[in-house]
Amino acid sequence: MRDKYEVVIGLEIHAQLKTESKIFCSCSTRFGDEPNSNTCPVCLGLPGALPVLNRAVVEMSAHAALALNLTINQESIFSRKNYFYPDLPKGYQISQYDRPFSERGWVEIPTSERNESGHAIEWKMKRFRIHRLHIEEDAGKSLHEGMRESASKSYVDLNRSGVPLAEIVSEPDFRSSWEAYDYVQYLRRALQYTDVCDGNMEEGNLRCDANVSIMPRGAEKFGTKVELKNLNSFRFLQRALEYEIDRQIAAVESGERIIQETRLWNERDSKTYSMRSKEEAHDYRYFPEPDLPPLVVSETMIEHVRQSMPELPEARRRRLIEQYSLSPDDAAQLTDTRTMADFYEATARASANPKSAANWILNELVRELKNTGTDISASPVGAESLGAMIRKIDDQTISGKMAKDALIEMYKSGKSVDEVVSEMGGGQVSDEGAIREMARQVIASNPRQLEQYRSGKSTLLGFFVGQMMKASGGRANPQVVNRVIKEMLEGEGQQN
Amino acid sequence: MELRDFTINSLRQRIKAREIKATDVCHASLERAEKLTDLNAFITLTPDRALKQAAEIDLAADAGRPLPPLAGAVIAIKDNMVIRGVRTTAGSKILFNYKPPYTATVVERLEAAGAVIIGKTNCDEFAMGSSNENSAYGPVKNPWDRERVPGGSSGGSAVAVSTGIALAALGSDTGGSIRQPASLTGVVGFKPTYGRVSRYGLIAFGSSLDQIGPFANSVEDAALVLSIIAGRDPIDSTSSDAPVDDYLGAAKGDVRGLRVGVPRQYYGTGLDEEVRASVESAIKKLEDLGATVVDISLPNTEYAVPVYYLIATAEASSNLARFDGVRYGFRAEEADTLKSMYSRTRDQGFGAEVKRRIMLGTYALSAGYYDAYYGKAQRVRSLIERDFRNAFEMCDVIATPTSPTPAFRLGEKTDDPLEMYLSDIYTITANLAGVPGVSLPCGFTSNGLPIGLQLIGRRFDETTLVRAASNIEQAIDLDTKPPVEGL
Ligand SMILES: [Zn+2]
Repeated sequence: MRDKYEVVIGLEIHAQLKTESKIFCSCSTRFGDEPNSNTCPVCLGLPGALPVLNRAVVEMSAHAALALNLTINQESIFSRKNYFYPDLPKGYQISQYDRPFSERGWVEIPTSERNESGHAIEWKMKRFRIHRLHIEEDAGKSLHEGMRESASKSYVDLNRSGVPLAEIVSEPDFRSSWEAYDYVQYLRRALQYTDVCDGNMEEGNLRCDANVSIMPRGAEKFGTKVELKNLNSFRFLQRALEYEIDRQIAAVESGERIIQETRLWNERDSKTYSMRSKEEAHDYRYFPEPDLPPLVVSETMIEHVRQSMPELPEARRRRLIEQYSLSPDDAAQLTDTRTMADFYEATARASANPKSAANWILNELVRELKNTGTDISASPVGAESLGAMIRKIDDQTISGKMAKDALIEMYKSGKSVDEVVSEMGGGQVSDEGAIREMARQVIASNPRQLEQYRSGKSTLLGFFVGQMMKASGGRANPQVVNRVIKEMLEGEGQQN
Repeated sequence: MELRDFTINSLRQRIKAREIKATDVCHASLERAEKLTDLNAFITLTPDRALKQAAEIDLAADAGRPLPPLAGAVIAIKDNMVIRGVRTTAGSKILFNYKPPYTATVVERLEAAGAVIIGKTNCDEFAMGSSNENSAYGPVKNPWDRERVPGGSSGGSAVAVSTGIALAALGSDTGGSIRQPASLTGVVGFKPTYGRVSRYGLIAFGSSLDQIGPFANSVEDAALVLSIIAGRDPIDSTSSDAPVDDYLGAAKGDVRGLRVGVPRQYYGTGLDEEVRASVESAIKKLEDLGATVVDISLPNTEYAVPVYYLIATAEASSNLARFDGVRYGFRAEEADTLKSMYSRTRDQGFGAEVKRRIMLGTYALSAGYYDAYYGKAQRVRSLIERDFRNAFEMCDVIATPTSPTPAFRLGEKTDDPLEMYLSDIYTITANLAGVPGVSLPCGFTSNGLPIGLQLIGRRFDETTLVRAASNIEQAIDLDTKPPVEGL
C-alpha cells in the first residue's frame, strides 16, 4: 500500500538558545526555578514595558544559521504574532515574519530506512533544504495538573516567557519518517556542536512540529497537509509520523478526503487526535513590531562568527573515517556530541592507537558511563588516562584482560593506570623462565588432567591456561602461557 | 500662594533663598486641587509621596546644598505613565485597581531633578480621544467654560497646569493629545520628536506614534522640563541617542532670518474664522520680528486622518491585547470558560471608543485586508514623511492652527466619531512624520476661549521650535489665567 503513495514531510523546529538572560530583558533563563521568580515588567508583559534585544541571541542565531548553511539577512524585522492565551502575557509573541533572520539553507547528511529491529538498512547521503531560521521569544507555561484546586484552576508560570528561540523551518523535503528522524538528530548535533542549544527534546529545549501529506507516487501536486504537534521526543516524532502516514493512506484508500487541520500526538494511545481545523485556525495578524528597530547584522559580525565556527558534526564524522580509518558506524557514534568527539580524538592522540581508542570508548567506557549516568565530559577516566592504559596494552605491560579490570577500577577510584596495575600486583609477566616454572607446578599438581590431555582430550588446554592465569593472579602474558604450556604438555609427553 | 505667579526657575530660586518652602508650595497645590475637584483633572492624587519629596528639597535648601533644576516644581503626570505603587488606570475601568511595580523613565528623571509629583491626571481611556469624554472616571471640564471640553486625550494634565495646580505636567501625544488640549486650555504643550523622550513606562496606544512631552504655562518651563526628560534611554530601543540640545538657552535666541512655512492645506474648509485670524496674526508677529514667511505645500495632508486611524488602531489592537483579566486589573466575574472570561472582561472593562478602535485595528491587520489597509497606510505614511522633508528644504519651521476650532461643548461630538476625529486634523501629521510640534496660546475668541498656534519643526530640531515659540509668546504677551476662583 505504501508503495502507491509518496510521503511529503516538512519540519518546524524550535530550538531554545542557551543564553544566560532572556531575549528582551535581563531575567535569567534558568530552568526549574520557583515559578514566576525569573520575571520582570518586560517578560511579564506589564503595560508600559518595552523590549531590548539581547545581542547574545543574535550571536547564537548567527552560529546556528551558518551551521545550517543559511544566508543571514543584513537587515531583518521583528513582527508581532497576535493571539490570546493565558501563558502569553502581552497577547502577542515577538517573532519574525516578512524578513527573517536568515533564509535558504541546507544540510547534507546520511540517512537510512530502518529494519524491524530498528537497525539502519543502508546509509545514503541526502540533501535537505532549509527554508529559514528566525528569532522569537518563548511563551510561558500553563500548569493544569498537580496543583491546588487544579480541577477548577489553571496556573501560569512565566519563567519561560521571553526565553530566546530559533525557529528552523525546513522545506518539505522529507520522504519518510526516518529521513525526518535523521534530520532532527543531525540538527540537534549541529546546534550542540555550535553550543547554541542543549538539544534535549524531553526537556523541551528542542521542540518539533511536522507537516505531513501524501500523494500518489509520481504526482506533482502535494496532498492536503496536516500539522502534527506535541512531538516531544525523537522516538515520538518518528512514530507519530508513521501513524499519521498510515492514517492518511487508509483514509484516502477508503475514499475519504484529507482535511487541513492540526493534530496532536498522544503517546499513551499512540495516535494523533484532531486539535483544530483550518476554519478554526488563528489569524495571527502579523505586523512589524514598532517597539524594535530592524535587526542589522554587519558583514564583519558574520565574518567574526564564521571564524569562530567549530567543525560541524558531518564534516567531523567524515574526517574521523578518513583520518583514523574508523567504520562509518563507529565514527557516527563518536561524533554524536562534540564532547564525545573531542574525548575520542584526545584519546586517539594519547594512545597512539586510534582504532583501539574507538573500541575502548565505545565498548567499555560508554557502558560504565551509562551505568553511572555520567556524561562523557565528566568521565572519571580522562582521555589522557585512557590513552596511557591503551599504550600499556600495546607495549605488553598489561594484557587486554587485565586492562578491562583495570579500567573498571580506574573508573571507580579515579586512579591512574599505573597505580591500579601496581595495586593489582604489578604488570604482566612475560618472562619465559618464570612462566615455565609456573607451568611445571601446574602440570605437576594436575596429573589426572595431564593423563586425559595426553590421551587426546586436547580441549583441556583451556583448563591448563586457566590454572596458569589463576596461579599468576591474572598477570601472566596469555600468549606466552599458551605457547609454553602447550609445548610442555606435548613436549613432556614425548620425553616419556 | 499662587503657583501661576512662578516659573519653575523663579520658584527654585525662592526655595534656594529659603524665602519659600517646597512643602508650602506642595500644600498650596494640593489645596487647589481639592478646591477644583469639579474640573475632574485628577484620577489619583499622591499627597504623601509629594510632601515627602518636597520635604527633601526643603532639607537640601536648609543645608545649603545645591538644588537640582526642578527643585520643588509641582508636576502632574498623565495617568497612562506608571509610577511604582501608585494606582495607574490609563483612564480605563480595566485598570481600576492596577498598581504597577515599576516607574516610568520620565518620572524617574523628573524626580531625580527634584520635581514633586502631585498626582495622576485624568485622560481619555488609553489616550484614545480628543475631548477627555472617553475617561472611565468622568470627563474633565475646561476651566475657561465648564460646559466645554478641555480637549484630549491629556485633558487632565492641561487643566492641572492651566489652573495652577501644577507648574508643569506630562502628557502623551499620539495624534495631538498634548497639543490639542494645550490649545483648548491656553497652555503650552510640546510634543517632541519621536524617539526624543523615552516611552518606557508609558502605557502604549500607538507605539510608532506615541511620544511623551510637557505642558507648562510658559515656553521656558516647557523647554526646561523637556531638557530633563529628553535623551537616550537604554531600555527603550526606539529612543534616540541624538544629543540633547540646550532648549532653555534656545528660548533666548531671536528669529531674524527664520523661514516660517505656511502650508495652505491647513487653512481650508472646517477652520474656524476666529482661529484663522488669530493664527495669522501670530505669524505676522514673527514676520515683524524678522522672520520670513513662505507658502509651502504638504500635499498628502488629506490622507493623514485615514492613515492615522489605520496605523494607530492597528497598533492599539495589539497593544491592548494584554488586558485580558488573567494577571492584573479588572476580571469579569461570571465567566465559566477561558474564552468567555476574555470576552466578558474586555467587553465590560473597555469603553465604547476603545472597543471601536480595537475592532478597527484588528480588521486592518486581518489576513486578506492587511495590504489594502495597514500596508497601504504605511506607504502613504512615508509620503507624508516625505512631504515634511521637502517642506523643510524651504523653511525652518511650519506654522498652523493647532485645532480647527476652539473648545467645543461637552457631548457635542460624542455621537459622531468621525467629526471627533477631525479635531486632530492639524496635529496627526507630526506624529505620522515623527517630527516635533508645539502648541502655544496665540489669542482668544470673542467669547473668551483660548486659541492655539502650532509650530512644527525638523526631526530633533526642538531648539528652533523653542526659539520661535518663545519669541511669539513674548510678542503677544497674553494673560492665560482662566477665570477660576483664586487666580
Ligand atoms: Zn524579564
